[in-house]
Amino acid sequence: MVFSDLLTIWRNTGLEFSEIILAQEMMETGRDPVAVKRSLKYLMDVMLEEAQKNFGKPFKTLTGLTGNNAAKLCASKPRVLSEFNWVATVTALSMAESNAAMGRIVACPTAGSCGVMPAMLYALRNVKEADNEGLLKAFIVASGVGNVVAKKATLSGAAGGCQAEIGTATAMAAALMTYYFSHNPETVGHASALALKSLMGLVCDPVGGFVEVPCVKRNAIAVNVAIACAEMALAGIESVIPFDEVVEAMYHVGRSLPESLKETGLGGIAATRTAQKLVESIHKTLNSGSET
Amino acid sequence: MGLLEVAGPIMVGPSSSHTLGALKIARFAYKLMGIPEEVTFVLHGSFALTYKGHGTDRALLAGIVGLKPDDTRVKDAFAIAQSYGLKFNFEVSDLGEVHPNTVLVKAKRGNIYNEVRGSSVGGGAIKINQINGVDCDLTGEFPTLVILNRDLPGALRGILECITYNIANVYLRRVNALEGLALTIIELDSNIDDETLKKLRTNKYVLEIYNVKSEEGENLGIQ
Ligand code: SF4
Repeated sequence: MVFSDLLTIWRNTGLEFSEIILAQEMMETGRDPVAVKRSLKYLMDVMLEEAQKNFGKPFKTLTGLTGNNAAKLCASKPRVLSEFNWVATVTALSMAESNAAMGRIVACPTAGSCGVMPAMLYALRNVKEADNEGLLKAFIVASGVGNVVAKKATLSGAAGGCQAEIGTATAMAAALMTYYFSHNPETVGHASALALKSLMGLVCDPVGGFVEVPCVKRNAIAVNVAIACAEMALAGIESVIPFDEVVEAMYHVGRSLPESLKETGLGGIAATRTAQKLVESIHKTLNSGSET
Repeated sequence: MGLLEVAGPIMVGPSSSHTLGALKIARFAYKLMGIPEEVTFVLHGSFALTYKGHGTDRALLAGIVGLKPDDTRVKDAFAIAQSYGLKFNFEVSDLGEVHPNTVLVKAKRGNIYNEVRGSSVGGGAIKINQINGVDCDLTGEFPTLVILNRDLPGALRGILECITYNIANVYLRRVNALEGLALTIIELDSNIDDETLKKLRTNKYVLEIYNVKSEEGENLGIQ
């Protein structure tokens, strides 16, 4: 199911958009919409719970390349960032660092991009006092947006580059915020398209193949992109290219990316001199270190 | 793939292929035989190169002692394994023409010994592609029966007759011609009941049977 089909159903029926997505899911997978809604709520609750628990904490990550970023930003008073952006950014760093420290995360849509969605959820709930029901509807819509990408393209960095992972997470987060404030699926389509276009071409270049550099900070940047795209769409700014076509374009870009830029740790920043030196010393430490 | 797979699963990090997938493969071995006394993990390809930086070693140990993919104790798996008195060992080796993220789990308890080879094929999905030397292609999401049986005419029919459930796949091979042994792997659509299991256990062709159950929501970490 492409996004424009969902929009058509909505235009023809005027039903609540999150219910349309759940009904569509039933047609495609046979899963009971009530059960799916309950499970999605559980996923959302776990994200919020983990965000609360990990907010601004330091982490001991597997390679030590990251782990102090959330704590640093949390201890620093923002100069220009709004409270909403700041909370979202700290949350994204916290969750991505918790992931790198083997913490519990929701791979929404993937482990590497696990900071973006909780960042948006947590900022909406804590800064905007979002109500649970509204948040859940928006989360279902965001999942529907992610599902369109999964069906028509890919969510895997190894197959499509980081644009497929963090790019999709960003489109989902933009959809979440947009739906929460507008309840308008058309606006959601514009916000998601703007977000995915912004990160079009983003390569997957983790240093040493480990999900830490650049992944952790990229989550933090991504949620700010999502906020900006949602804000633009809410102001009535439209994406010239519809979401479905942006997804297709993203897929083709992903296919034409060389293997070195798809999770192999061989290209992009992973191929820099500094990265290679770091990886060498990480392997030395890991191989000599005792296991605890 | 549906909404829940996109929005989830719940897992411990850092990587769906190197952590979650690895845990699920080892957990398959756990569901096959319970916690072993001794286990060796033979790591291949990318698993062999980066298993420490991805926590693959902890994920494998967590899986073999039965932890679920979203259990926050996964990172303490070394200590947990030790508390069970489990002897464990990681080896790096070339397993041949297999997926780059492949591990061979060799597990022993008393006189029971099993080998499970699985690959983590992306996004946390796994393929169990060999059990005790017999090639198969299981996702680990469906209940599976692994049966060591007498390699006699009519054996397969005799076994299948006990099962009234929908069978998705059957894999079968003679494993020891001298002793007349065959291994039969049956992938089912749903868990079998105790009555069927009892019938199978007492079936004249069946020597050993392992019932690998699937648990609802397990793969999504949803209760
Ligand atoms: S760089 Fe690669 S591993 Fe890191 S978050 Fe992006 S897609 Fe995932």
